[in-house]
Amino acid sequence: MSYFSDIINGTKSLLIGMRITGKYFFVNFLTRKDVITEQYPDNLETLNMFDRYRGEVTMYHNENNEHRCDACTLCEKACPNGSIEIISDKELNPETGKNVRYIVKHIYHLEMCTMCGLCIEACPQDAIQWGQNFHHVQYDRGKLTKVLNKPGSKIMIKTKEKK
Amino acid sequence: MEEFLTDRLKTQEYFLNMGPQHPATHGVLMLLLKLDGEIIQNVELDLGYIHRSIEKMCERDTYKQIIHLTDRLDYLSSHMNNEAVCLLVEDALNIEVADRIKVIRTMMSELSRISSHVLWWGVMGMDIGALTTFMYGFREREMINDIFEETCGARLTMNYNVIGGVRYDLHENFAKRVKDFITHFRKKLPEYDKLLSNNIIFQKRLEGIGYISKEDAVAYGLNGPTARGSGVSCDVRKIHPYSAYDRVEFEEILFPEGDSYARYRVRIREMWESLSILEQLVDKIPEGEHRVKTKAVIKLPEGDFLQRVESARGDFGVYVKSDGQKFPYRLKFRSPGFANLTALNKMAKGLKIADLVAILSTIDIVVPDIDR
Amino acid sequence: MILNIFTDIHNLLLGLMSAKAVHITELVLIGVAYLGIFAVLGLFLVWLERRVAGFFQLRLGPNRVGPSGLFQTIADALKLVSKELTGTVKADKQLYKIAPYFVITTALMAMALIPFSQEIQAFDINIGVFFLISVSSIGVLGIFLAGWSSNNKYSLIGGMRTGIQMISYELSVGMAVVTMVVLAGTLQISEIVELQKSGWFIFTGHIPAIIAFMIFMIAGTAESNRVPFDLVEAESELGAGFHTEYSGMRFAYYFLAEFVNMFIIASIAVVLFFGGWLSPFGITDAIPFAGLFWFTVKVIAVIFIFMWFRWTFPRFRIDQLLTLEWKYLLPINMVNIVLMALMVWLGLTF
Ligand code: SF4
Ligand code: SF4
Repeated sequence: MSYFSDIINGTKSLLIGMRITGKYFFVNFLTRKDVITEQYPDNLETLNMFDRYRGEVTMYHNENNEHRCDACTLCEKACPNGSIEIISDKELNPETGKNVRYIVKHIYHLEMCTMCGLCIEACPQDAIQWGQNFHHVQYDRGKLTKVLNKPGSKIMIKTKEKK
Repeated sequence: MEEFLTDRLKTQEYFLNMGPQHPATHGVLMLLLKLDGEIIQNVELDLGYIHRSIEKMCERDTYKQIIHLTDRLDYLSSHMNNEAVCLLVEDALNIEVADRIKVIRTMMSELSRISSHVLWWGVMGMDIGALTTFMYGFREREMINDIFEETCGARLTMNYNVIGGVRYDLHENFAKRVKDFITHFRKKLPEYDKLLSNNIIFQKRLEGIGYISKEDAVAYGLNGPTARGSGVSCDVRKIHPYSAYDRVEFEEILFPEGDSYARYRVRIREMWESLSILEQLVDKIPEGEHRVKTKAVIKLPEGDFLQRVESARGDFGVYVKSDGQKFPYRLKFRSPGFANLTALNKMAKGLKIADLVAILSTIDIVVPDIDR
Repeated sequence: MILNIFTDIHNLLLGLMSAKAVHITELVLIGVAYLGIFAVLGLFLVWLERRVAGFFQLRLGPNRVGPSGLFQTIADALKLVSKELTGTVKADKQLYKIAPYFVITTALMAMALIPFSQEIQAFDINIGVFFLISVSSIGVLGIFLAGWSSNNKYSLIGGMRTGIQMISYELSVGMAVVTMVVLAGTLQISEIVELQKSGWFIFTGHIPAIIAFMIFMIAGTAESNRVPFDLVEAESELGAGFHTEYSGMRFAYYFLAEFVNMFIIASIAVVLFFGGWLSPFGITDAIPFAGLFWFTVKVIAVIFIFMWFRWTFPRFRIDQLLTLEWKYLLPINMVNIVLMALMVWLGLTF
């Protein structure tokens, strides 16, 4: 009779489901083996992101505090969201006698960035690159606006340390 | 007696605003329900709570810049959306991409499809009331996300496709991770069935609920797994094979029943098919370049262009009208979710609130995809 | 056997005041003690539920505040106490405010009958089981009133669902209990437990007792509004159901009462089927207060089954809920009572 077979099959299907959850419960209760969550703020030190992880745009500086950006503004133009602002100035180069553009501030608005990577592709000097930092929480929105070139940094002489 | 009841006991229809903040509407969708007790008389959709005018934004962006905006449509199939734009531009400019790129794109699409379906499965269980499925779904999704993160650099909005290829070459761990995932998932998928699909309560909740016939499905323009649950053959991967779909064997899953349970089973079976596609490709990724050099400024020739791909939710289309500039003159996204959602009233009328939630789940909507 | 501490306290108080005053003082003391038990029990069960849920869901659950997160719920309670009590403008204020107390009062009343051990039972009347069931059904009024008075359609739907659900499942709980009463031949809780000294009812009553236990578990889940019968709250459909508009402590009352109700249902199950505070085979009968240990262990085991249900099953729809009750549970229950009566009559019980 379908009435009774319904009851039996139904109960069986429920028990099969309970066996699966029950299995996970006891494994986790006894060994914590199947636990898949990260203990987030605790494992901040040990948490390593993949190399390609796009956390934020950073500017490469070598040990002499030199970067490669020559203020060409290509990244600014490539950005679809206007997250990059370049403030540059000109200065006379005593060796060649020409006016050379140099960067004053490479302003990066992290809060507007969509991590699309177009700026980094556009940069002819490979001056900017991805940083793996994901811990961006701030109490103040203003703190998300960053100046990428470090204070006192200079442009490095070309041909040296080309990627 | 009837007369007595209608005379003495006045019943009244009432309206219930379901959403925009409601756990079952998957985001900021608003449903205006006309109810008689718990029985739904009418469902009215109120969209626009997350409208970001992405189509308009695309008109001011170059073709390269458009790609990252498509991540933000249906974020669960961002890879397929990217691919659609890239394929469109490549087609228009006659850029021939290498086999390697095609295979990579196909594999990424299938991984996206699985990850989207897995998430859907978890949320589906949650909407029906089985809260545990959510975490089980996330276990598998996490593995796929790791694959994405290692190769593409992000977990959700991958933005991996570029015009003429993909942004980075495959990571050296890619094949191993995919194989690991396949073996893992082959073990776990039957568990999904045991836990939810075969559960008597779950079956009773879905069977015969939200019926839509084949004719109606076509008339409403349903697509993707939702339409295939009504037996409408509409898989873009079969009709207009793109990337490497012409060289893999897979089945288009069709269930003729047209109810929620059929739609549910379509998605479960599709995960199996995606797994088999991955299996066919993972050992045969051709060598070669991952990216074809393109011009710095990309201008489409004058004319109309259309590209369809099968995203996790169905037939995603990009239509571009170009006037020869570097920006599109007009761009339109055909989002699968929008068409599917229009049939909600038809499906849910006369059923109960609980059924509405179940139907909404089996349609598998992503609200930013509907409200662009 | 009344233990020495209780008699000591009694004598101490007698030395201080008249017999009548002592009586009243003792009542107050017991009341306060039970309030304490209520709060601690509720908080503990909430913690247990979250921890167990964590393990079911491949998570750890609360693990920050205190050892194994044991104080997490206390921290939550503090948070809830400090929260503003909000309400809707057009709510039926009186009912809205009074509703949570219905739920906790009845839960407390029911708790008075629960035999934590041989010694600890506040109120042992000869219609114990009957009283328990009737009191626990009054609690529904609180939920119903909350749904009605909140002036929120989600709450209202939740409240209406409660009414439907409770009327139906009260029946099954009652009849499952009656089945066991047929076997026991008494309604007094202490006697029911005493009778099981020769063997727990689930063994002595064998087939009908097992059927009754299964029905009791299903109906009990429905009584305590838990998955798969949590239609009253149904967060994916109704937001939070009847307590959508409650905040702060008023919400906490509902929350605690829900868990205490689960405890009560589990206790009834333990008393009726698993010998209450009796130890298995009488191994620790000699040790005082060992009953408390056994009772707790058994109740937690039953509660664990409830939790297991909750973290495995999807939710019913309202009409399926009724189908289950009226088409399946009730007929089976009726047959089962007759079966049990026959068994007892023919002496087929052990
Ligand atoms: S990653 Fe994209 S959005 Fe961010 S700064 Fe670069 S170009 Fe702009
Ligand atoms: S970062 Fe690169 S693209 Fe941007 S201004 Fe500097 S050199 Fe030019």
